[in-house]
Amino acid sequence: MRTRPRILMCPPDYYGVHYEINVWMDTRRQSDHPTAVQQWSDLQDLLTAAGAKIELLDPVDGLPDLVFTANAALIYERRALLSRFRHEQRKGEEQYDAEWLRKEGFTVGLLPDGHFFEGAGDALFCGDTLFAGYRMRSDAPSHQLVGELLGHRVIPLELVDPYYYHLDTCFCPLAHGIAAYFPGAFDDYGLQALAEHLETLIEVDEEEAKSFACNAVVVGSTVTTNMGCPHFHDALRQHGFRPQATPLSEFVKAGGSAKCLTLRLDGEDAASWRM
Amino acid sequence: MSGAESYPFTETVEMRGHIIDSLILPKVLDTITVADGAFKIEDIVIGQTRHDPSSARVVVSARSDEALQELLAAIADHGAVPVVKRDCELTIADCDGAFPEGFYSTTNQRTEVRIDGHWIPVADQEMDCGITVDMSIPSAACLPMTDVSQGQHLVVGHAGVRVFPQDRGDHAQGFEFMNSVVSTEKPKGVATSQIARQLYDARAGDEKILIVGGPAIVHTGSIGHMTELIRDGFVQKLFAGNALAAHDIEHAMFGTSLGVHLDSGDIIEAGHEHHLRAINRIRRCGGIREAIDSGQLQSGIMYECVKHDVDYLLAGSIRDDGPLPEVITGTLDAQRQMREKIRDVSFCLMIATTLHSIAVGNLLPAWARVVCVDINPSTVIKLSDRGSFQTVGLVTDVEPFLRALVADLKELSA
Repeated sequence: MRTRPRILMCPPDYYGVHYEINVWMDTRRQSDHPTAVQQWSDLQDLLTAAGAKIELLDPVDGLPDLVFTANAALIYERRALLSRFRHEQRKGEEQYDAEWLRKEGFTVGLLPDGHFFEGAGDALFCGDTLFAGYRMRSDAPSHQLVGELLGHRVIPLELVDPYYYHLDTCFCPLAHGIAAYFPGAFDDYGLQALAEHLETLIEVDEEEAKSFACNAVVVGSTVTTNMGCPHFHDALRQHGFRPQATPLSEFVKAGGSAKCLTLRLDGEDAASWRM
Repeated sequence: MSGAESYPFTETVEMRGHIIDSLILPKVLDTITVADGAFKIEDIVIGQTRHDPSSARVVVSARSDEALQELLAAIADHGAVPVVKRDCELTIADCDGAFPEGFYSTTNQRTEVRIDGHWIPVADQEMDCGITVDMSIPSAACLPMTDVSQGQHLVVGHAGVRVFPQDRGDHAQGFEFMNSVVSTEKPKGVATSQIARQLYDARAGDEKILIVGGPAIVHTGSIGHMTELIRDGFVQKLFAGNALAAHDIEHAMFGTSLGVHLDSGDIIEAGHEHHLRAINRIRRCGGIREAIDSGQLQSGIMYECVKHDVDYLLAGSIRDDGPLPEVITGTLDAQRQMREKIRDVSFCLMIATTLHSIAVGNLLPAWARVVCVDINPSTVIKLSDRGSFQTVGLVTDVEPFLRALVADLKELSA
């Protein structure tokens, strides 16, 4: 019997758009803090209701993006490959992520200096294959190394649209062999590689992709997204999933949504190694 | 796909991971091609199961260093990174006259070795040598096996050595129509006039022109053409054996070559002794120059060489009559002296001699232009087979070739 899904979240106490490191961010378009707290809390409740146990990482003043726990690490069994952030603004998060993961009994691994790797934001298991986004944040050599460390097949996918700077903003594994994706975020090689390695691909249109449809949290058959993804939800229902929407507009201002706010600790439902 | 061709600026990159499944390898290769670069897959290991990663080592080349750097930056984004560079590996020679086991064997192409992280050009480029490194400067040079001295630093293995293959097209420059190495069935006139143009330009550019000649120059009655070339400044160096000089002097003294009267073609009675008598006279004088000074030698190729300060070298062989006093009878000694003399040669015209042509072909770097003229195609083929692929060959009789060459040069000079 499988363990209860465990998800790491970080309360948005110090969250805000305090710098600009992606095209979504604009410090003049600040998030509304009480709304953000409410949205985060609603997400937490929905995921708990879906059957997940939510673990909490203590927020840290001065690290607004610590709230996006998907970027803390890549989890594989009881190992956590810590992120190596590309931007200085987020490097401060690494020590807090490492501390929490170690405390929880994970064996924390770190890629060598000079590598950029942004954890589950850019590396997602579907079946026994790790799909890995590169160019915007993580780099291709890091993914080569991750593949060697984990002994799994890694399919690097170049991200070609700055609006989809992490793989989890344009690609979402739903179950073995099934994933959602926004084609405009990939080049022809990436699209061909995806088509060859996944039996079912649910295409997300541009408008819903911009509403972060692909940045969905999967807990069993429940798929939680931001508002504004009706077509995607229809498609999910057709494939037997139970979609639900919750407003996450304040986090979209920083380029994140549901999935970015979570880190699955026991393996995503789509991962073949899930504990 | 650009498998075969390559450009002068190269770098070897490595890719690892699931580069086939993810189409990263074709993507990198396409990136190279689209950017007008070229690639050669040096090695590829394909994973056997879906979890096994693959790896590939690819030589990337571009037309300029700038283009190469741009290309490398572009493909680095996809995980194709330059192979970790190493300095060349050095071993100390443990005996005289032989390399250590595993020594690096040179080509005639421009070569560099990496010492303390810097690429140092290898001097005196020559095929079939080793590379010696002087760490104090540091500098590197080709070193023939026989010249190895115990205690010298020598390069072993291939790490830290890079070779810049000469673009074969470079050598076709001026010989455009002769793009096949040996042209037996092509119009000789066009070839000759192109060779004349090259010689003319070489003289104008103060380049050093070397002629490597066999006795057929004399036998075919081409002494007059050769002496004209010398007088007009188209020959700075002459390499030959005992025979060319001996028969040239025989002709100067007796009017014959191997006893055949060159003007009439008649065989002279006791003419077969002429070359021996000629050699004997020179030996009695003490040498060619002395024979000229004493008035005993008054014309011919060797006479003009002395009069026009042509740097000549006569290398002997086991069948030589005499030989003439100038003939170097030690093979290694001859090789060493030839090696010294070819250093500044940029154009070499080899005429009707197999052994000397191959000997010189072995010594010349790939960037020296070589024209080999011989009635026997196998001479040119032998040169090419031995790696002197910079050779442009012309299969023809010597006399008509030289006659046409001299006429073309006169026309160009007029």
